[in-house]
Amino acid sequence: MTQSSISSPKLEARDLTREADGKIIVDHVSMKVYSAEVVAVVGPSGAGKSSLLRLLNRLDEPTAGTVYLEGQDYREMAPRELRRRMGMIMQMPYLFPGSVAENIRFGPQQRSEDISDDDIERLLERVGLPGFSDRTVDRLSGGEAQRVAIARALANDPEVLLLDEPTSALDEDAKAVVETLLEEIIREEGLTCVWVTHDRAQALRMGDRVAVMEAGRLLLIGSPQEVLNA
Amino acid sequence: MLNHFFTDPIYLSAAQALVAGLMALGMMLIASWSGIHLEKEIIIALLRGLVQVVAVGAVLLYIFKGPAVLGFAILAGMMALAAKTAEKRAKGLPGAFRVGLYGIGIGAGAVILLMTWAGVIDTKLTALIPIGSMIIANSMNSTSLALDRFQGEVRSHVGHIETALALGASPKTAIRPYAQAAVKASLIPRIDSLRSLGIVWIPGVMTGMLLGGSQPVHAAFYQFVVMAMILTVSGLTSLISTLLIAGYIFTPAEQLALSASN
Repeated sequence: MTQSSISSPKLEARDLTREADGKIIVDHVSMKVYSAEVVAVVGPSGAGKSSLLRLLNRLDEPTAGTVYLEGQDYREMAPRELRRRMGMIMQMPYLFPGSVAENIRFGPQQRSEDISDDDIERLLERVGLPGFSDRTVDRLSGGEAQRVAIARALANDPEVLLLDEPTSALDEDAKAVVETLLEEIIREEGLTCVWVTHDRAQALRMGDRVAVMEAGRLLLIGSPQEVLNA
Repeated sequence: MLNHFFTDPIYLSAAQALVAGLMALGMMLIASWSGIHLEKEIIIALLRGLVQVVAVGAVLLYIFKGPAVLGFAILAGMMALAAKTAEKRAKGLPGAFRVGLYGIGIGAGAVILLMTWAGVIDTKLTALIPIGSMIIANSMNSTSLALDRFQGEVRSHVGHIETALALGASPKTAIRPYAQAAVKASLIPRIDSLRSLGIVWIPGVMTGMLLGGSQPVHAAFYQFVVMAMILTVSGLTSLISTLLIAGYIFTPAEQLALSASN
C-alpha cells in the first residue's frame, strides 16, 4: 500500500508534543497516516514511541500540537467516540475478569449496543480461537489472551488500530502466531495502523512505511527500503 | 480499693487515671527490656491523650448546658476536622479533602439527622454530641479506608482502566470494579464487628451504659442501634466518597490523572 499524495490522510499528527515533569517526551512530531496504511514506529526504549501512541488516542493530553482524524481536530471530538474509532492493542492484554465473551462485549456495551453470540464467534474464529467464548480469562495462555484482546478491540469496529508492542510480552512461538494473525486481519479489513515496536526487523516486516524515533523526536519516516538504507 | 481512699468523685477519677497510666508505663518498661524502645512516643501519647480528653470533658461540662443548635454546630466542626484527617490518610489522591467533606457531611449528617428526627438519638447535648461524634469518627475511618483502598486499587490497575477507556468506556465505568472493592473493604470491618457483637466483645456504649447503671438489655439494644448506625454511615460515606473521587482523578478529556504504583 502506498500513499497517494493527493488523498487526504486518515490520521495526522501535527506538531504533537508532550512535556511532563519538565521533560519533553514527545517533541513536535508531525506525521500522516493514510487509509489502510501501516506505519511502524521504531526506536530504542524511551524514544517516546508509546507516548506518541497514547497521544494519538488522547489517553494523554498533548502540551502542544494536535491530531486530526479524517481532517477533524480530535479536541473537537468526544473522547469516547474518538477512542472507539481508534482501537488500541497494548503490550499486555489487560483482560477484564470474567469470560472471553464478556470481554468482547465490553466495547459495544459502552454504547448500549449488543453484539450477538454469532458475531462473537466470528471474531473469535478470526483470531483463531473458535469455541473460546465461555472460557474464563484466567484460563488463557499469554498468546490466547492477546488474541482475545485483539478480538475485543475489533468488536468496536475501529477505523484505526494503534498497536503498542503487541507481541513483545509473548514467547517466540506466540509472537509469530500473533504477528501473522494481526497482519492478516489488518490487510483483510484494510485497517489504518500505527504499530509501535522496538524490534527493527518487525517494523520493516510490518510497516508500509517506517518511522524512526529517538529522544521524543521523529528522525525519519519512509519506506522500509529507505529506512534500511538510511 | 481506690474508693476506700477517695470519696470525692473527681479525686477518685484522677487516681484511677493515674493507676491506668502507671500500668501503661509498666508495659513500656517491659517492652523496653525486650529491646522495643518507644518510651518517648508512649509517654507523649499518654500525656497528650490525658490532657486532650480532660480538656474536652471540661469543655463538655459547659457545652452540655447549651441549646441543641450548638450541638449541631459542634458536630459540623467535627466533620470538617474528620475530612482533614481523611485527606491526610489519602495522601496523593487529588480532591481528597472535598470528597471526604462531602462524604462525611452527607453520610454522617443524614444518619444523625434521621436518627435524631426518629428519636433514636436524643436532642439533649449529652446524647447528641457523644453519639454524633462517634458516627462522624466512624464515617471518617470508612472514608479513609475506602479512599486508601481505592487509590491502591486504581494505581495497581492503571492498565485495565486505560484499556477500558481505550475501548470507549466512561471514567465511571472504567473504575467501577475498584470503587466497589474499596466500598467493600471499608464495610467488612463493620460487618465483622456486628457479627462478633456481644460474643467477642462488649463495645463502648454498652460498657458505658452498664457502668452508668443501665439495665443490661436496654444497654444491649442501644449498642445494636449504634452499631447499625455505624454500619449505615460507613456504607454511605464510602459510597459517596468513591463516587465523587472519580471527578478528581480524571481530566476533562477523560484521561486518568493517577500514575501506576511502582
